[in-house]
Amino acid sequence: MNTPGDRPFSLARMAAVFLKELVQMRRDRLTFAIMLGIPVVQLLLFGYAIDTDPRHLPMVVERRADGPMVRSLIASLRASSYFDIIAVTDRAGEGEAMLRDGRASFLLSIPEGFEERLVRGERPQILIAADASDPVAAGGPLGALDEIARRALAPELIGPLAGLAQGPPPYEIVRLRMFNPASVTAFNIVPGLLGVILTMTMVMITSIALTRESERGTMEALLATPVRPAEIMIGKTTPYILVGAVQTLLVLIAGRLLFAIPFTGSLGAFTLAAAVFIFTNLMLGYLISTVARTQMQAMQMTFFIFLPSILLSGFMFPFAAMPVWAQAIGEGLPLTHFLRLVREIMLKGGGYADIWNDLWPLLVTLALFTLGALARFRRTLD
Amino acid sequence: MSEAPAIAVEGMTKIFGGRKVVDAVDLTVPRGAIYGFLGPNGSGKTTTIRMVCGLLRPDAGRGTCLGHDVIADAQAIKGRTGYMTQRFSLYEDLSIRENLDFVARLYRLSDRRARVDRALEELGLAARSRQLAGTLSGGWKQRLALAASMIHAPDLLLLDEPTAGVDPKARRDFWDQIRKFSARGVTTLVSTHYMDEAVQCDAIAFIAYGRKLLDAPIAEVQARVGLFARLVRGPGLDAIAEALRGAAGIAVVARFGAELHVAGTDESALDRALAAIAGRPGVTIGPIEAGLEETFIHLMAQSTDTFR
Repeated sequence: MNTPGDRPFSLARMAAVFLKELVQMRRDRLTFAIMLGIPVVQLLLFGYAIDTDPRHLPMVVERRADGPMVRSLIASLRASSYFDIIAVTDRAGEGEAMLRDGRASFLLSIPEGFEERLVRGERPQILIAADASDPVAAGGPLGALDEIARRALAPELIGPLAGLAQGPPPYEIVRLRMFNPASVTAFNIVPGLLGVILTMTMVMITSIALTRESERGTMEALLATPVRPAEIMIGKTTPYILVGAVQTLLVLIAGRLLFAIPFTGSLGAFTLAAAVFIFTNLMLGYLISTVARTQMQAMQMTFFIFLPSILLSGFMFPFAAMPVWAQAIGEGLPLTHFLRLVREIMLKGGGYADIWNDLWPLLVTLALFTLGALARFRRTLD
Repeated sequence: MSEAPAIAVEGMTKIFGGRKVVDAVDLTVPRGAIYGFLGPNGSGKTTTIRMVCGLLRPDAGRGTCLGHDVIADAQAIKGRTGYMTQRFSLYEDLSIRENLDFVARLYRLSDRRARVDRALEELGLAARSRQLAGTLSGGWKQRLALAASMIHAPDLLLLDEPTAGVDPKARRDFWDQIRKFSARGVTTLVSTHYMDEAVQCDAIAFIAYGRKLLDAPIAEVQARVGLFARLVRGPGLDAIAEALRGAAGIAVVARFGAELHVAGTDESALDRALAAIAGRPGVTIGPIEAGLEETFIHLMAQSTDTFR
């Protein structure tokens, strides 16, 4: 019975299949590139960009007193790797404004008469306010401040002031966690998750919009009719705006009911931001579908976008703690701006006036994706 | 205007990856004609049809389709042309009515509902209009696809191997339908490789390896090629076919059931070659008229293979 033709396993047949797959893989250059690209990108992102012990966070110093001690303290802060002092101001309110609009993650406030009161032993307060809407970013540096201040002021506490070097420090550091006083991680994660879910689903669903037509053979008949590219584009993407709206509503309701996430800002501004973000993702997906030739390729390209969106947008790791090049990539991702918008509106009570900074980059990317998709769309089967 | 041909293109050339898939093909299809487009697989039939209706941009060549320039005015051509693709190209996950409705909307038909109803009625699918198109059999899918490509009452119908994989009865019905359209003045360009369909056409163009080898009214095809044929009967036909194949003077050796059709362009050379097997016991050789089948086999064999 066992003729050479029907053995249960044939190495030769297996080799034939193996070689065929190898040839196909070589032909499908895009899949090959992505298969190689994902591990490389992951390695780069995890290895260099992501730092769970965040450093170089932007700080604004509100300095209402001056003197050798204050200068020494600021110099120490500058020297430390935790903070990058982006501005020193003596105008009241300016520091807080920078904290609110996200330019600074920390505000250090040195009160009037700091040195005199310190010398008199009155233990003046140093106020450090942190943007705790991202608790991970706020935690470490707040802890490091004690040591930085102690080391900065120790050389000054000599001679007649040597007595102050004993016992508790001759000043008091007051920590203020703004926007998320209890450092509830969910406050940061849940609004972020909304952006992640929208990115994932909106991009993926439209990324197969055209490739599915091509694969099922329906594209040819579609192109033979007088339908125009923009008509196909809008017709194919708009149904999902509804899906995105439902998803947004679900996350908001779940956030309120399950995690008691506050919604402090303007609902109108939120709706506007969400609508622009959903559009941007739909167009990104559609752009992918004009490039990909198969649904499989479209899926892979979606993940190629999704991965940096999660890692470099500030969703998973503090944005300000990433190196400059990683921040540059992050600035190009729609999710980065949406996360800022959502935190601004939901946690910091932002309204229409506060969203422009992150709305315009979204509008620009939306326009680029749309024009790119229209330019890429092939009206013929060439 | 109405006397101008429906399709008049010349020098149509398409290059894929450095190969001329279609090489300087001229085509003139009179209004109201049923024009057959014949040729082996991969000969460039589909590519030519796609260039005519604006789905592919020709690398060279020019011409008009329904009076519109095929390159500059593809949009206008699309509005007045119905194209039935080789592969079923309607949505399997839409119902029959939804498919027709979708196509009708793409053509922005004002009397959409009435046209869809009429199409369903003509198809005999009115009762099953909610059925998903994917659940239809091959023959029904083909009829639905034809109905969809005719929903906007086009002046030109392009059919790319419309009856591939369809049973003979459905094929006959299909051709009855085409002739009905033709009687109404619709021009039809249909690609096929069925000989029984070729004879239904008013004229045919034969294309192989991207080149047009023949273009003639159906009645003139045999005369143009000038093939002489002999009918061989008797025992051991396989051995005879083997002996004749490739012999000098013999262009075609084709088996039809219990008969062998042998043909060549030079009558005396053909008879000289057949003399070699004439003496075999029980073998009879008689003259017949060369049919389309032998003619096309001959054309195909004659054409140089540019892909090798």
